[in-house]
Amino acid sequence: MSNLENLQSQILADITAASDEAALEAVRVGALGKKGSVSALLATLGKMDPEQRKTEGAAINLAKDSINAALIARRDVLKAAALDARLKAETIDVTLPLREPLAEQGRIHPLSQVWDEVTTIFADMGFAVAEGPDIETDDYNFTKLNFPVGHPAREMHDTFFFNPKEDGSRLLLRTHTSPVQVRTMLSQKPPIRVICPGRTYRIDSDATHTPQFHQVEGLVIDKGSHLGHLKWILHEFCKAFFEVDQLNMRFRPSFFPFTEPSLEVDIQCRRSGGEIRFGEGEDWLEILGCGMVHPNVLRACDIDPDVYQGFAWGMGIDRIAMLKYGMSDLRQLFEADARWLAHYGFKPLDIPTLAGGLSS
Amino acid sequence: MKLTLSWLKDHLDTVEPLEKLADKLTMIGLEVEDIVDKAALLKPFVIAKVLTAGKHPNADKLQVCSVDTGAGEPVQVVCGAPNARAGLVTVFAAPGTYIPAKDFTIGVGNIRGVESRGMLCSAAELAISEDHDGIIELPADAPVGAAYAEWAELGDPVLDINLTPNRQDCAGVHGIARDLAAADMGRLKDQPLKPIKGEFPCPVKVTVEDEALCPGFALRLVRGVKNGPSPEWLQKRLTAIGLRPINALVDITNYLTFDRSRPLHVFDAAKVKGNLVVRRAKDGETLLALDGRTYTLDPSVCVIADDHGVESLAGIMGGELSGCSADTTDVLIESALWNEINIAQSGRKLAINTDARYRFERGVDPAFMVPGLELATKLVMEFCGGTPSEAIVVGRSFGDDRVIDFPLSETKRLAGIDVSLTEARRILTHLGFIVAGQGPVVKVAVPSWRSDVHGKADIVEEIVRIVGVDQVPMVPFERGDKPRKPVLTPIQNRTRRAKRGLAARGLTEAVTWSFIGKDAAELFGGGQAELALANPIASDLSDMRPSLLPGLIAAAQANADRSYPDLALFEVGQVFKGDKPQDQMMAASGVRRGVASSAGLGRHWSGSAPASALDAKADAFAVLAAAGAPMQGLQVATNKLPGWLHPGRSGAIQIGPNVLGYFGELHPRVLEALKADGPVVAFEVILDKIPDAKQKPTRAKPQIELSAFHPVSRDFAFIVDRKVAAADLVRAAQSVDKKLITSVGVFDVYEGKGIDPDKKSIAIAVTLQPREKTMTDAEIDAVGAKIVAEVTKKTGGVLRG
Repeated sequence: MSNLENLQSQILADITAASDEAALEAVRVGALGKKGSVSALLATLGKMDPEQRKTEGAAINLAKDSINAALIARRDVLKAAALDARLKAETIDVTLPLREPLAEQGRIHPLSQVWDEVTTIFADMGFAVAEGPDIETDDYNFTKLNFPVGHPAREMHDTFFFNPKEDGSRLLLRTHTSPVQVRTMLSQKPPIRVICPGRTYRIDSDATHTPQFHQVEGLVIDKGSHLGHLKWILHEFCKAFFEVDQLNMRFRPSFFPFTEPSLEVDIQCRRSGGEIRFGEGEDWLEILGCGMVHPNVLRACDIDPDVYQGFAWGMGIDRIAMLKYGMSDLRQLFEADARWLAHYGFKPLDIPTLAGGLSS
Repeated sequence: MKLTLSWLKDHLDTVEPLEKLADKLTMIGLEVEDIVDKAALLKPFVIAKVLTAGKHPNADKLQVCSVDTGAGEPVQVVCGAPNARAGLVTVFAAPGTYIPAKDFTIGVGNIRGVESRGMLCSAAELAISEDHDGIIELPADAPVGAAYAEWAELGDPVLDINLTPNRQDCAGVHGIARDLAAADMGRLKDQPLKPIKGEFPCPVKVTVEDEALCPGFALRLVRGVKNGPSPEWLQKRLTAIGLRPINALVDITNYLTFDRSRPLHVFDAAKVKGNLVVRRAKDGETLLALDGRTYTLDPSVCVIADDHGVESLAGIMGGELSGCSADTTDVLIESALWNEINIAQSGRKLAINTDARYRFERGVDPAFMVPGLELATKLVMEFCGGTPSEAIVVGRSFGDDRVIDFPLSETKRLAGIDVSLTEARRILTHLGFIVAGQGPVVKVAVPSWRSDVHGKADIVEEIVRIVGVDQVPMVPFERGDKPRKPVLTPIQNRTRRAKRGLAARGLTEAVTWSFIGKDAAELFGGGQAELALANPIASDLSDMRPSLLPGLIAAAQANADRSYPDLALFEVGQVFKGDKPQDQMMAASGVRRGVASSAGLGRHWSGSAPASALDAKADAFAVLAAAGAPMQGLQVATNKLPGWLHPGRSGAIQIGPNVLGYFGELHPRVLEALKADGPVVAFEVILDKIPDAKQKPTRAKPQIELSAFHPVSRDFAFIVDRKVAAADLVRAAQSVDKKLITSVGVFDVYEGKGIDPDKKSIAIAVTLQPREKTMTDAEIDAVGAKIVAEVTKKTGGVLRG
């Protein structure tokens, strides 16, 4: 074996033995560096005759190429091993529990959610949303709505009053959202299609009554709308709101001072345990009152009852929310118990839409 | 309104079963709330006889009875009723019987060491009356061992109708029967009343001082009556609907109240002195009424008086002293008409609810005043004998001449249903209306008992409710070609987005009361006299809230008291600055307490901190952004803060001089006054105060400018006095070149070691966006120098070395 062959096999052995990139670099410098052993051999070529130089040179370059290739191969191996070793040391505990995303933690109150649901359904039917003040006049809350002064019908509403003013008049907390209908009729020419959601107040406090509650009323005034349309709207609404394909409803004659004829509406349901299912069963559950707007109310709002006609309805937002989502005690709606809100509340991204569903 | 089935059948000839009658009642507007069939409920109770009653060995008030239940050997029963005695026939419940009023099932008991195999019952225990003074006493010949309910004819089902206030005529069984007859449920039994011939002039005269209060008054004396218990059938009916039989004369008045919706009053003529006068009470006059209470009156109350003084509260309740008792031999029967509003007001003022008041304040049938007197006289003579006087009738006319021009098309117009003239006529005639003409417009005369019917719409209701609302076909309500525009107003949209925006930050929405206590209201700028309720339900729900925060603070504390101390609550709702419509505004407010920073609630390995004023600031800005406020224009001011905030850890959010809201730590004194533990941070933003966005003609956004030149960023750190506001420093840097400098961010604030105690370091990152060419180092340095100079000039800050 020539010197060159010895040298080459020695270097290749050193490359194989190099345990890290620094050792490998030392081998490279020892062989191919300026003062390296292979470089030294190349330096001897100058003193050789051309013939010898040709054969020796070729042999040395061949050896050099093989050493270079071995260096690269070994470097790749060592690099990969080093990366593996580093990554192996870089562990974190991925089982650590996360914080719940804020948008999953936050809650929308069931009343706000149902408000959005109701608005969405009626907006699709072409209804605008009207609102009015909670503090009302006796005139808008009662007189213009055909509650004669002193009439016992006023006693159906246990009213919160403010103290009398100097002129003897006194304001009150609206007992229904109907004054918004009055305000709408006084400020807008027919045709009118509005819903009036809002907070209302009556002196009452037990499991099914709270001194404040919420209503959504609807009002249609034009030249042709009648009870048949009213029935259709309420039927469509109830199916959409309770998210059932079919729902039997029962319309019963009743009495409200501001409508004539007046009706109360029951929906079909089945009660079992604490659960109520709609669209099946033999029970009837009262959910709203409605009727054709009383001619006296139209007159009080400067609308001619022989030219225009229309209907109105009113239902408790709290009540339909409780029915749909299975809440049993009305008072809890206003108690701000974080446990109750976390359970019955809705996530902020659960936005009711007709396209995506009212509730998901 | 309660009635029994047999009572109804007195007035209605019908073969329909109870269920069908009840359903029909509901469907024509007389909603049946309940049907109670006592016979079924009380089946196990039997008639029994007490054979012996002896003292209980271990208790003074108990007796040990031997009872014959009609089923073999006598049984031993321990009884606490004082009237339990040998020979008494009463009602017995064997072990295993369910006792309705007590809601339990009786077993074999051991009462103070003595075995008791059943129970002797009071009427209250059977839930058939309020009487719980002792066990039921039955006639000696009642059949021992027989079912009590059957023997007592409790098998007559009782219907409870939820009467609407307009149907006073159906506060009498006769009126209900009329409606059912109109609805094809049978034939109304409507026999004409024969007037009673008076045999002598009525010796008591009547003067009505104010015809407006008393449009009519009829009176008659019946002499020589023998008052006593009324007939058993009448007693049973009264008992069935929850009334207590008293004596024949009183029972007749109660009976006609429910039978004909005709309240009456009877005076014991021997106790009436002189003539009767109907007048306003005098201030301070008193009356011992039949309920045993003494009422002090004033001129707003209408009374019937004699020479003694007030004898009766007109239309509401009689007086005790002139009332009829078993000893009454001469009776004065009164049938009158009263002013509805006056009765309602007097009843409310005196807090007396009676069956008479209920009917009079809704307006009784004026035409039945005299027939009512005749009917009462007839019953008095039937039950008690006696000789009637002639009737005295005061007042003008008691009829009614309401006639409505009714176009038949009105039913179609309002109810969407075609009803033929024949059908309309049939229905209306059955209800007592008189229809004249052949159409298209007919004249409809309204019966005197229907005080609720005034116009065309009322007639439509009568027709539709009898035809059946279920017969009205549903008709789709088309939305037409109205454009599909958004229906929410700007404030409604803001409210909606504010709620979602806050919930998305992890806050939970609460809904609290619109009214709070006066003290709490005053702490937040409220408590004005015009916002105080005259009749609050509780002292802590007395004043309209000027802010949502008192409610939220109380709610947060209540949760903390339940061991949920780390909490972030918000509410978006109305607040009241005055009593005018424009004083009501929509506020969005929130509180954070405990470990409730913007990072999340509760302690967490990833980092957690108590809520700080800046978390409240972040909430406030988030809600403003969600509600569409112009965020670039917002400024935080600290010079004019409300008293409920910590003066050093809070701020006002403004656009120019317009304050949109506040944020910060709540003042410890305010928390203490609200009995809440601190610290609590809070914000309140008034959504109405956000300026409206400009209406844009199109939805297209302005064209985007994508610069070809890279932005350049340079950092600067300044040492400034501690009291220097970071916002001032940022604004100074920004002002150097508003076009070139696109952002100034604060990336570090440091106080402490290495810096003077009254100084702090604020580090800012300034981004420059060249627009026409890449900036040279010299140009960048020149801008940097200007920034340093401007910051130094405005804040006294020195570039940190």
